[in-house]
Amino acid sequence: MALTNELIQQKLQEKFGDQVYGFEESYGMLSFEAHKDMNLKVMQFLYDDATLQFRFMTDLCAVNYPDDAGRELAVVYHLHNLSENIRLRFKVFISVAEPDVFTASQLFAAANWMERETYDFFGVNFVGHPNLKRILNVDEMDYFPLRKEYPLEDQTRIDKDDEMFGRG
Amino acid sequence: MLTQHQHNIQLPEGSIEKQTTTLNVGPTHPATHGVFQNIMELDGERVVSTEQTVGYIHRAFEKLAERRPLYQVTPITDRLNYCSSPINNMGWHLTCEKLLGVTTPKRVDYLRVIIMELARISDHLICNSIVGVDTGAYTGFLYVMQYRELIYEIYEEVCGSRLTTNIGRIGGFERNFSNTAFTKLEKFLKEYPKVLREFENLFARNRIFMERTIGGGAISAERALNYGFTGPNLRAAGVDYDVRVHSPYSSYEDFNFNIPVGKTGDNYDRFLVRNSEMWESLSIIEQAYQKIQSFKGAEAEVYHADVPEYYLPKKEDVYTKMEALIWHFKIIMGEVDMPKGEVYQAVEGGNGELGYYLISDGGRTPFRLHFRRPCFIYYQAYPELIKGGMLSDAIVTMSSLNLIAGELDA
Repeated sequence: MALTNELIQQKLQEKFGDQVYGFEESYGMLSFEAHKDMNLKVMQFLYDDATLQFRFMTDLCAVNYPDDAGRELAVVYHLHNLSENIRLRFKVFISVAEPDVFTASQLFAAANWMERETYDFFGVNFVGHPNLKRILNVDEMDYFPLRKEYPLEDQTRIDKDDEMFGRG
Repeated sequence: MLTQHQHNIQLPEGSIEKQTTTLNVGPTHPATHGVFQNIMELDGERVVSTEQTVGYIHRAFEKLAERRPLYQVTPITDRLNYCSSPINNMGWHLTCEKLLGVTTPKRVDYLRVIIMELARISDHLICNSIVGVDTGAYTGFLYVMQYRELIYEIYEEVCGSRLTTNIGRIGGFERNFSNTAFTKLEKFLKEYPKVLREFENLFARNRIFMERTIGGGAISAERALNYGFTGPNLRAAGVDYDVRVHSPYSSYEDFNFNIPVGKTGDNYDRFLVRNSEMWESLSIIEQAYQKIQSFKGAEAEVYHADVPEYYLPKKEDVYTKMEALIWHFKIIMGEVDMPKGEVYQAVEGGNGELGYYLISDGGRTPFRLHFRRPCFIYYQAYPELIKGGMLSDAIVTMSSLNLIAGELDA
């Protein structure tokens, strides 16, 4: 039986109940949320289950939603079942004050540097990571630059000073 | 291997000397072909361990992209894997088109396929010839560079630049391919097979090359998958995963081609896989060119989709028509709102699955853009690949992985 998004959702809900939620399909890809303590368990289940077999980690990154109190940071996993050729995305939301999630680096060697990168730019603390230190930025850096609190100048801002364009 | 290897120096208890030698390779070193540092522990000439440092040319692309309208992100993608920028550009356009719901005409798809496969050839050509350089055969490299030039001339004819191409637009191409572009393509298709055959003869069954590369930097299929390998490096280990086949984009499903796979995942297999892929790419380009020639009448002139919100109008229209002027202004000033949504779009880049994860909150710039950069992910495996091998093999392994510093560091 071919693996479908509905089947994946059904299996996950059977196993984890209300710990997994927010299922949706965006542009053909199944996407859901998991409770932050469940990230590794969900991944392990997706990896081990005989029908699911999501054994390839495509991508791991984080997103900062500064206005969403208590859920400021999202860690986003993209997994791929290569034999059935089906992808999924799942997220765990954590707060900026306590940005802890379990590391996936024991399950996927690929996660090691991706988690370091995520730590480097967002300050997500991957509990159990063997070598959680900055990777692309300098070690002395004392902030997490991809968080929204460090804005670049907005080139599309609407309050442009017309005088600068000769229309004062 | 190291387990059988005996230390021939016995140090007295409490000695401040070490059994091993520490060697610093990089960040700028003629043998690293990019800015990476490796602090290697050597036992004689054998590598015991290495500590990698990356990030020397980090340019904060993901942050920059959060303040740029979609069309201004394209030049950023040029600077990821700069040996095959057009693939990055096309990948980005496809990502935007997916989010915006733009469908491109077939002719655009085929033109894109031609450009992407040319880029793949130039990417593999560099990588394979550099492997040659690192094993002591400089001739092949100098020889094939002349033919990469033919590819760059085609880019130049289409988009005006050579290395950081910024080629194509959302919906298609900035201009139609000129006759000169097609003439140059024909010239390339005519001359290149002979050159590739000669290049292949120089290496593929060359005793010295084989002994230098067989068994070096090998990885099993299982480890490669766990390490997130993609592209030729994964295929060399025997896994036939290719984004062009598994998640076809830009009408790749219309083409007949094989996925070459290796067996041992060593430097030699990586070389052979890339080499075979160049033949496949040539065949894809020929098929695409034939398909393009079969378009007749108005269809044969189509080079972009009809998306006035994102595709710049013709200059003469901007000067004469109100609507075109408005769109021109809105696009240039980045004043077009995007639909809300999240997309992941992958393309088969020169060195693996290049993914774009784009989150739009309905604003004018990406809320978040993440690049899945294949070589950043598989470079993690480097210490495992070179452990126990000779230092000189470690250098060959590094070049045969096709690491591109621009992509690694984002």
